[in-house]
Amino acid sequence: MTRLPAFPGALERSWSFLADAVVGGCILAGFYCVVSTARYWLGASTPVAVISLSPAALPAYALYSLIRIAVAYFLSLMLAVGYAYLAARVKMLESFLIALLDILQSIPVLSFLPGVMLTMIALFPTRQMGVELGAILLILTGQVWNMAFSFYSSLKSIPRELREAASIYHYSRWQRFFELELPYGTIGLVWNSMVSVAGGWFFLMACEMFVLGKRDFRLPGLGSYLQTAASAGDTRAILWGIGTMIGVVILIDQLVWRPLIAWANKFKFETVESVPPPQSPVLQLIRGSRALQRLSRRTLLPMGERLSRYFARRPDTHGRNQAPQRWKWIAAALAAASVPLVLYGAARGLLLLRGTTGPELVLILKGASATFLRVWAALLLGALWAVPAGVAIGGNPALARFAQPAAQILASVPATALFPVLLLALIQLGGGLGTASILLMLLGTQWYILFNVIAGTMAIPSDLREAARIFRFSRSERWRTMLLPGIFPYLVTGLTTASGGAWNASIVAEYFNFKGHTLSTLGLGSQISSATDSGQFNVLLVCTIVMAAVVVCINRLVWRPLYRLAETRYRLSD
Amino acid sequence: MSDTIIEAHGIEKVYASPEGKPIQVIAPTDISVRAGEIVALLGPSGSGKSTLLRILTGLSRPSAGQVLWHGQPFASTQANVAIVFQSFALFPWLTVLENVEAALKAKGMNAVERRKKSLRILDAVGLDGFEQAYPKELSGGMKQRVGMARAIVVEPEVMFMDEAFSALDVLTAENLRGELLELWQSKRIPTRAIFIVTHNIYEAVSLADRIIVLGKNPGKVRTDFRVALPHPRDDKAPEFASVVDHIYKVLTRPQAPVSEFVQAESAAPARNGVPPPYQMLPHARPGGIAGLLEILAEHAGPYEIPRLADDLAFEIDDLLPIVDACSMLGFLTVSEGKLEISPEGRKFSDAGIIVRKEIFRDRALDRITLVRQIARSLASKTDKTLSDEFFHDVLDEHFSEEETERQLDTAIHWGRYAELFDHDAKGRRFFIPEETESPTDAPGVRA
Repeated sequence: MTRLPAFPGALERSWSFLADAVVGGCILAGFYCVVSTARYWLGASTPVAVISLSPAALPAYALYSLIRIAVAYFLSLMLAVGYAYLAARVKMLESFLIALLDILQSIPVLSFLPGVMLTMIALFPTRQMGVELGAILLILTGQVWNMAFSFYSSLKSIPRELREAASIYHYSRWQRFFELELPYGTIGLVWNSMVSVAGGWFFLMACEMFVLGKRDFRLPGLGSYLQTAASAGDTRAILWGIGTMIGVVILIDQLVWRPLIAWANKFKFETVESVPPPQSPVLQLIRGSRALQRLSRRTLLPMGERLSRYFARRPDTHGRNQAPQRWKWIAAALAAASVPLVLYGAARGLLLLRGTTGPELVLILKGASATFLRVWAALLLGALWAVPAGVAIGGNPALARFAQPAAQILASVPATALFPVLLLALIQLGGGLGTASILLMLLGTQWYILFNVIAGTMAIPSDLREAARIFRFSRSERWRTMLLPGIFPYLVTGLTTASGGAWNASIVAEYFNFKGHTLSTLGLGSQISSATDSGQFNVLLVCTIVMAAVVVCINRLVWRPLYRLAETRYRLSD
Repeated sequence: MSDTIIEAHGIEKVYASPEGKPIQVIAPTDISVRAGEIVALLGPSGSGKSTLLRILTGLSRPSAGQVLWHGQPFASTQANVAIVFQSFALFPWLTVLENVEAALKAKGMNAVERRKKSLRILDAVGLDGFEQAYPKELSGGMKQRVGMARAIVVEPEVMFMDEAFSALDVLTAENLRGELLELWQSKRIPTRAIFIVTHNIYEAVSLADRIIVLGKNPGKVRTDFRVALPHPRDDKAPEFASVVDHIYKVLTRPQAPVSEFVQAESAAPARNGVPPPYQMLPHARPGGIAGLLEILAEHAGPYEIPRLADDLAFEIDDLLPIVDACSMLGFLTVSEGKLEISPEGRKFSDAGIIVRKEIFRDRALDRITLVRQIARSLASKTDKTLSDEFFHDVLDEHFSEEETERQLDTAIHWGRYAELFDHDAKGRRFFIPEETESPTDAPGVRA
């Protein structure tokens, strides 16, 4: 596991208050649109799928969930690549798009749930399609941002001489994209895809079964199966469900990610071969396949060839005089057209907010503080076990060989799948949801810390370790002078990601429909959930804004300075 | 021979400083590339060699002036040029063959023709059998052969080499230079001119028909002369040595007008309104200064710079800053490409570490503007500490952002060695360490 490039990029940038305000206005406007459509369509009726608890139904459910994930992932990939490309290539849009990305990333995904779901259902009266598309869109909003960031920062960090080589040999846009830009970003995209898909499972579990206003939505799938099983207290069905879940995760890991990582290794930007490249038997199988080879030789290659020659023959317009001028006009027209719309939307959004009473606001702020404390408690607990464990695994290759893949598989089991089960256990033990929710947040976010600490420990140069051994550093000296400073930048990255994840998880962790009644505890997450359930969209809007604001503020005030410190002071390489 | 391919008239490059003040990287310069010649552009680091190359190839636009391609204004589509890069700039995900083919693919050539042509060129540069290898499997020399093959295959009218041999070891570089020359002289490539950017004097003299020497701060042409020696050139021949000597003389007297030397050429006169240049610190460490002085002290009589560079296996980029620093501090004198240690330098070299620091301190306060400014400003403050922002602002007016950083960095090294002041990188401020406060009040600061 390498350090994921997405987050550092997010923290490095700085942009003006003006950009924040513009983006904030747009978001407010967008949210108002979604919410008002949702309100308008709330009258429509939706039957409920009956979830069978028989193990025989599981393969079909797993398949349904898998399809949702796959469709959402491919859509996100396209969107992420397009978004990042636009941001990196069009100078005028760059700062706006990146600021927007930063904020979109901090909005809790589940806040979109009512709006997206109700819109989709109304757009597609054949009910399954609407709800399915809604679920897919929701998953997409959780997956796309980190991939877009990753690809954007890859595009921005292409070495100058490679870019110049592409220019001096007159690459067409097509060739530049497929032979330089996309290959350069591939490794970052693959690693971020893994994170995104894991996140997708997390939310899929939550949005396959939910209550919205007076209505109960159920999509046949693994998530709804597990929730139904937990509600019914059917231990056998729970175990079947979790077993299937883990099976699916391992299968995807072996059939998709391992081959992809092994394949992507050729895009590593290194001038000499360093470590032995990752292997995958599945990849060898694919490479060895005659049919696929023939397909590639007869169809794909000639097609790519024809396209590339088509673009090569076209006059090269980019980078010269006319193109930017045209873009400027289009951008100006778009901006002029959207200003009144944004203003109107923002104003209506503010009107909606006005309906919020003082006591409600106080409660929301109280909830925000409670969730704030829980998030930090979860981070602290996570760091407490993950730092020593990560250092032990990272510093011991023998241990790492089996611990790392095991941890990776464990990490990709979505925490939301385990929630119902864990909650059952915790409640039987007598703990309230207030403390239980901390554990639930921990469950989803500890892995970010662990993997980054492992990567950080592995990156400590061996001569430093040897120096520590030769000078007989005591255990505390070793931690103080070598290990902690060495893993610091990685720890910051891990904690940043974990913090964002924990805030998002609070929505599912603090509020739970269970055996016909609702368990909840004071917190911003539970307020978002209950507002969704009861259809109080103004409260939902306020809560969402508060949460996004808190997350953005924490990023700016805590993580970014720490990240800067890590970059300047605790960098091990020059 | 008189057929001019590229002609640059009065090209300038100006960057904006953080405060928006323009900083001139390249002063108005005329450069031409004519058919049938190998031109070498030679200069110390920071003289804008690479920037000039990028302007001449159309990768970058000049802030002022014009580049003509066969007498017509330059447009990237019609200029048929190729670059061999210092870092090779090969695509690591493409094989050797694919890397070369990619350049032809961009021209829209069909697959069969592309492959045939690429294989022929790969064969010509000695890469037969490596077609399916990936760049990371090759040695540096092999990688640069791929870079050359990719440049040759597009049949450029002018081939640019941007420090193409400087990332290679000495023997490999020599070998590749020889092969390039052979390709060129045997007319097996349709290229009509080769433009080499280098900081290696030996490389320039052994390859070029014409050598352009750049001065720095801002970059400008100091001299442009023909080398009429026949190929292959014998680097032991006195004619070869005299060209090398001449270049060293130009390079070691950065302030002297070029007219003092034999071939006077387009040195741009200082323009009105441009402030006199601020003293620019050469980026040498005190350790390097002491080392050079020790060598000179042991050497009887003047030491010729080319010989010194040769004896130490240094290139001018490594050696010149140290020579500059020593001469700026008055520890040695440079004349006609020869170095001679001064009495002060000998005193320094003979002294122990404490006395050395004292001598260095006096000299630096006396002769180095930036060090003196920092020391005085600090001495005048009651708390003996000062944000480095202040000096950033002073230097920003004269140097690019990057150069400002390097200037301050060098001043910090010198100040630390002289125990005049120290710098706190985290707090970004200068301060006078407790125990050294008294010596600072001594000699020069009182003035």
